[in-house]
Parts: sequence; C-alpha cells; structure tokens
Amino acid sequence: MERILSLQDVRFTYTPDDADGRHAVDGVSFDMQAGEWIAVVGHNGSGKSTLARLMIGLLFPQEGTVGLFGDTLTEDNLWEKRSQMGMVFQNPDNQFVGATVQDDVAFALENNGIPFEEMTLRVRDALRQVKMDTFLDHEPQHLSGGQKQRVAIAGALALRPRLLILDEATSMLDPQGREEVIRVILELREKTGLSVISITHDLEEALLADRVVVMNGGRKFAEGTPQEVFLKGESLTALGLDLPFAMRLSALLGEQGIGTEPGTMTERKLVEQLWTLRSNR
Amino acid sequence: MMEKMVFGRYIPGDSFVHRLDPRSKLIFVFIFIAAVFLANSTVSYALLLAFTLMSIFASKVRIGFLIGGLKPVMFLIAFTFLLHIFFTKEGDLLFELGFLKIYEEGLRQGIYISVRFLVLVLMTSLLTLTTSPISITDGLEVLLNPLKKVKFPVHELALMMSISLRFIPTLMDETDKILKAQLARGSDISSGTMKERIQAVVPLLVPLFVSAFKRAEDLAVAMEVRGYRGGEGRTRYRQLKWDWRDTTALLILLAVIVALWFLRG
Repeated sequence: MERILSLQDVRFTYTPDDADGRHAVDGVSFDMQAGEWIAVVGHNGSGKSTLARLMIGLLFPQEGTVGLFGDTLTEDNLWEKRSQMGMVFQNPDNQFVGATVQDDVAFALENNGIPFEEMTLRVRDALRQVKMDTFLDHEPQHLSGGQKQRVAIAGALALRPRLLILDEATSMLDPQGREEVIRVILELREKTGLSVISITHDLEEALLADRVVVMNGGRKFAEGTPQEVFLKGESLTALGLDLPFAMRLSALLGEQGIGTEPGTMTERKLVEQLWTLRSNR
Repeated sequence: MMEKMVFGRYIPGDSFVHRLDPRSKLIFVFIFIAAVFLANSTVSYALLLAFTLMSIFASKVRIGFLIGGLKPVMFLIAFTFLLHIFFTKEGDLLFELGFLKIYEEGLRQGIYISVRFLVLVLMTSLLTLTTSPISITDGLEVLLNPLKKVKFPVHELALMMSISLRFIPTLMDETDKILKAQLARGSDISSGTMKERIQAVVPLLVPLFVSAFKRAEDLAVAMEVRGYRGGEGRTRYRQLKWDWRDTTALLILLAVIVALWFLRG
C-alpha cells in the first residue's frame, strides 16, 4: 500500500504573533493509505476545516510537516501536488466558477493547460461519473444544491486526482441532495478506488468511512474504525458530537430492557436484530 | 416591466445571426456604428434602414418584440424628431398652424436623425439579443488580445466579466431573500417619503455587501485549489470558430458601406 498523505505533528495558529494564541491545529499526526476513506469529525471550531486547508496547501503549518504522495508539501511543489488533488467546499454556489456546467468542470483543466480535444473528453467523462452528463449547458441557478455539488465533484474528478477532499460538502444540502452526493462518492470509490477525506459533522456519513479521526480543540481526540470510535459513546457526546441514530436508539431500547448488540451502527443492522430478537431464543 | 426589457437580454436561437462567431458580430457592429455616419441622403438612410431590417429578419427575432422592448428609446427618438421639426427653420414652409411652423429641412433632419438613432439601437440590441453574454466576453477577450503587448490585463478583465455575469442571478436571489427577511422584520421600502425610502434600503444593502464579500473570498479559495494561477499557460475550453458565415456577413457589410459611399448626396 502506498502512503499518499502523512501529517506529522502539525501545528498551526491563525495568530502567530500572539504568544498565548490558541492553536487551531495542535500537534496532529496521521497517515492515509491509497484507496482509503477517512472521515474527520468534530464540532465547530475543532480545527477540522483548518486541517483540510493544511492538506491542500492553502495554509502552511508553523511546525510539523504535511507529506503528499511521498514528498513534503512546500511552496515549490504546491501546484504540482494540487493538480493531483481535488477539493469540494461547503457552499455549492460559491465554488461554481463557470457560466455553465461544462465550463465549470473544465475550469481546473484550463488552469492546468490540458489541450482542448482532451478537455472535451474529460469533461464528458467526469460528468458521466457523477450522472450529470445531460446537464452540459445548464446554468448554475437552474440546478439544485445536490446537483451543484456533484458538478463540483466532477470538476475535481476531471483532473483525475488521487485524493479527493470534501470539506463539509454535504452540510448545506437537503437530505435528498446529501443522499445523491454520498451515493456518487460510494460509486466512485467502488469503480476507481479513489481516496477520500471527508470533513464532516454528519455522523451517518462518517459511518461509511474506513477510518474516523475525531478532532477536539485542535487535537486529535480519537482515531479508528467507525465501530471503535463510536463505542466511546459518552465521551463523544461530551465533545458536543452526536452519536449515530441507530446507536442512540439501541441505547434507549436497552433502558427499556430490550437488549441489542452494543455497537450497532446502522439502521439496517438494528432492524435486523429487532426482528430476529425473539426467533433467536 | 423587467420581462419586456430588451437591453442586455439574450434570446437563445439557431438563426444565421445566432450562429455567427462573437468576434465577427462585434467587429460587424463596431464597423456598422461608424458606417451609419456616412449616410447623408434619403437613399442612403433608406439603405441603412433596409439593411437593419434584413439583419433582424436573418436573426429571426420578432420585430414586434424588439420594438415593444425598446419603448423607452422610442420616446427619446420621438422627442429628438419633434425637436428637429419645430426648431429647424430652413427650406420651404410646409405647414402652418398658428405659431407652429414646419419647414421642409426640419422634417428632413428629423427623419434622418431618428432613422440614424433607430438603426444604431436596433443593431446593438440585435448583438446582445443573439449573443450570450459569455460569448461576448470570449469574443472581446480574443479581440483585445493584442493589447496584452502593452500590459493591458485582457484575461483578468474577461474573467472578471464572466464571473460577474455568473453571479448576477445568485445575488438577485440573495437580494430577494434579504428583502423578504427585512419585510418580515417590519421594514417598509414601498411607502414613506423619498428620504425614508432611501434609508430603508440601507438594511438591505449592508447584508448584501457582507455576503458578496464572503462569496468572493470563498470563490477565490475554490479557484486557487483548482489550480488557477492567472492567464499564463492556460488553455481554453470555449473555442471560437470562424466559418463562411462570418466572412459572408462582413463581406455584405463591406458591400453596404461601398454602396453608402456612392449614395452620399
């Protein structure tokens, strides 16, 4: 397995001149293997968005290093590294640069000097992957939030990135839009094995990841598979994080004397346990 | 009111004029504007008018729609027409009613100036009606390219224009939302004295500006992440194609100009 991202003891503060200034990111380290999906969760101000900005070189750490695809990220190799990554932000409207869907998808390609013939192929290909290929000439104001985010993902995919960073990409969407975006990501991973980092506070989304990193006050609070992390239950709620719905329900059922397996994360598993509750005995 | 405005509106279509390259349309309109001033006789003005009507016909834009949308301009044209009629006192007296005296030269000048005005407005409207704003921007960028030699930021200007165009509907929506939010809080911009109404606009503008700046910042970050480093080494996704139509259009214009030259009185 190839290590595509490695943070080593990264520290960052927005107020470097202030000696007592709080570090937005304070000594965080973790590695990511190619093909992994990592979810970074934490409540507002936990430093998770700053972390995303450090990964793509929008900010540089005051201490520690950010390693990408085997090299340390520096001012010199910044653009070359960026051309291998894609990032999708929170607000669907504020990242739509082009006048139409196809122009927007082509934007990153234009910036990287891809020839025209290649561009048309890649734009179509990327839009097909997010199921927006029938919207080529649509203008952003006629698209829903979920559609705009899918176009943003296509814009990132057109560059054929090795790493896709989603910075709260679903948080401004309605449930349907969120569903659309997540389904697209799941399909992409299945087909292309794309590595994904999703910064999120939606725990249902975090459950889909291979690994979860919990941030609190700029520090890494916990790291592990979703099962491992969410079993910490109480200590997560103390940080202001919610638990997945199925876990909360199973805890409440437990209080009523209906025992379900601890660590039931998904609704489907919970339902399965409930309807087989009697027959098992 | 807004629906009927023709200025700056784009109506998608598939006519000869729609399919012209934005570059040729821009060059065409600029040369045409200059050529209009060549006309100085009845025949030459008639030719201009005929040529304009032909262009409108070729664009398949409904003439009723065009005239209806240009009503405010029509008033202006009518006004200049009347001015000329009443204040030019040359040539034979044609008509007299009390103090009103209309002279031949006045009538002639009035008609000339109105036709000139009308033809200019129709042609420029035709440009914006048949060319999407983004194509106009593309065309301008390419046409202004030589100015890069004197360090004129052509690419940046074009990008600024296209981003502004892209964000107009977004900011319109936002204005509407803020307006409703302020109305819900009891603000009233449709009654009161002029001063009160102007003051009521302030709570609308401030949030709009704040959000526009926020959007600009987000957009800048998104563009940087997607590798935007200015115009150097960029390729273009929107390709402009010059074909036989464009050459034909410009040749026809040339013929009209030559004809105008010979029809001058």
